[in-house]
Amino acid sequence: MIQFTDVVKSYEQGNRALNGVSMQIEDGEFCFLVGPSGSGKSTIIKLITGELRPTSGAVHVNGYSLERIRKREIPYLRRTVGTVFQDYRLIDKMTVYQNVAFAMRVVGAKEKEIKERVPYVLELVGLENKMNRHPNEMSGGEQQRLAIARALVNNPSTIIADEPTGNLDPERAFEIMALLQEINNLGTTLLVVTHAQNLVNVFHKRVIAINEGLVVSDGEEEGYSHEAE
Amino acid sequence: MKLNNLGYLLKEGFRGIFLHGFMSFAAVCVTVACLVIVGSFSALAYNLDVMVEDLNKTSEILVLIDSDLSDAEARSIGTKINLLDNVLQATFVSREEALEDFVNDHNGDSAFNGVQASDLRHRYVVTLEDNTKMQETDQQLKQIPGVAKTDAAYELAEGFSTIQSVLHLVSIAIIAVLLVVSLLIISNTVKLAMYDRKDEIAIMKMVGATNGFIRLPFVVEGFTLGMTGAVLAFGLEWAGYDALVQKVEGIDALQLFHFVDFQEILLPLVAIFAAAGMFVGIVGSWTSIRKFMDV
Repeated sequence: MIQFTDVVKSYEQGNRALNGVSMQIEDGEFCFLVGPSGSGKSTIIKLITGELRPTSGAVHVNGYSLERIRKREIPYLRRTVGTVFQDYRLIDKMTVYQNVAFAMRVVGAKEKEIKERVPYVLELVGLENKMNRHPNEMSGGEQQRLAIARALVNNPSTIIADEPTGNLDPERAFEIMALLQEINNLGTTLLVVTHAQNLVNVFHKRVIAINEGLVVSDGEEEGYSHEAE
Repeated sequence: MKLNNLGYLLKEGFRGIFLHGFMSFAAVCVTVACLVIVGSFSALAYNLDVMVEDLNKTSEILVLIDSDLSDAEARSIGTKINLLDNVLQATFVSREEALEDFVNDHNGDSAFNGVQASDLRHRYVVTLEDNTKMQETDQQLKQIPGVAKTDAAYELAEGFSTIQSVLHLVSIAIIAVLLVVSLLIISNTVKLAMYDRKDEIAIMKMVGATNGFIRLPFVVEGFTLGMTGAVLAFGLEWAGYDALVQKVEGIDALQLFHFVDFQEILLPLVAIFAAAGMFVGIVGSWTSIRKFMDV
């Protein structure tokens, strides 16, 4: 579960990114986070992943209180939150298999577990036949699938996808969203940050709209448009 | 960190060395150069210690007894000399023995045929526990009633002690500077390795790798560079030392200098090189990692 209670975040330069955000995302939910550039979306993601600490208020993520989390606990928090980015952030010199295995290896998984789990996850995202390819030999959609596989492989309870379709054409974008929906159906909480109004409208999920560091609307919004931002 | 990752982490550490071959080579070369200089100064300081100690053993004060005193009175002064704190031993030399030594020293030169034992004085050859206090002890000896004169070459002993102290200070300063240089070079090599892999590190942090897991390959890399430098430097030091000793021993003018065998300083030097190699390797890499940890 992700819970923000009256969260304020000010940066050292004095900029206030969040002005008292309160929201709650239950386990197993699929939720969109929308808002214009500079509205505070990235700050929310950084607070969830422990890159930032709130200036005031409380942030609870999968049992961790982010306002008083100890530095050495942050890696364990991150193992419960898979992250997918618009620019994929893959390691080009590694193969598809190695990219996913790497994410398991760095959290201390045994080789036997890696050999069992990686093919399973690659099959789930439809890359089972491309295990030996390198990311730069694949299309954008395939690279994003690989990024999703890597986020999934350590079995996190939550996945945060930051503009996952930002670099993709509409067809591939729908495929990625369908894949995320499938993952959500398996029980993983999904928080998708996006500007893609068409996707938000098609998937009929809860939409949290944020503007100038405040939640301006929260609910399942058919016909969501940027005007709501 | 789990043990089943240890092999992977070590492998990654070694991989880093070859990935930045030229920088690794430069780091090892600088470490070798620094450690050879450090080792040479340590060996020189040790040899000078040994030389000064030898000089302590051979340096002596000649105490000449008043010629008016009888044999028995002259011998009784030995008790007072031995009571002085810094006196290790006082050996009585009678006039007759002194004459015999004098004649022997001059190879029975006929020019000295007329010299009689009565022309000379009874004397004591005094060896000291601590030659740095030679001047002080010399003054005390002069205060003893019946002592006519003393002869002490304390300028030489003091000169060696001064050189020894200066060399110790210079060695410490040079060792400190060279350690810092080695630290910076290894630190930069590891920094380069980390910069090259900063995306990988960011991904590791993102998926929940602990700081220890991220650090270890870089520490292994730094440690290996430091220790490789130490081993090579030790070999060079050994070869260079033996060659220098052979050269010095072959020059008559340098007979005053007696160098100890390398075997005598082998263990302390191994300890110094290993500790320095480990220190520059681990500390050098550790300090460069910190910056990359705040992802």
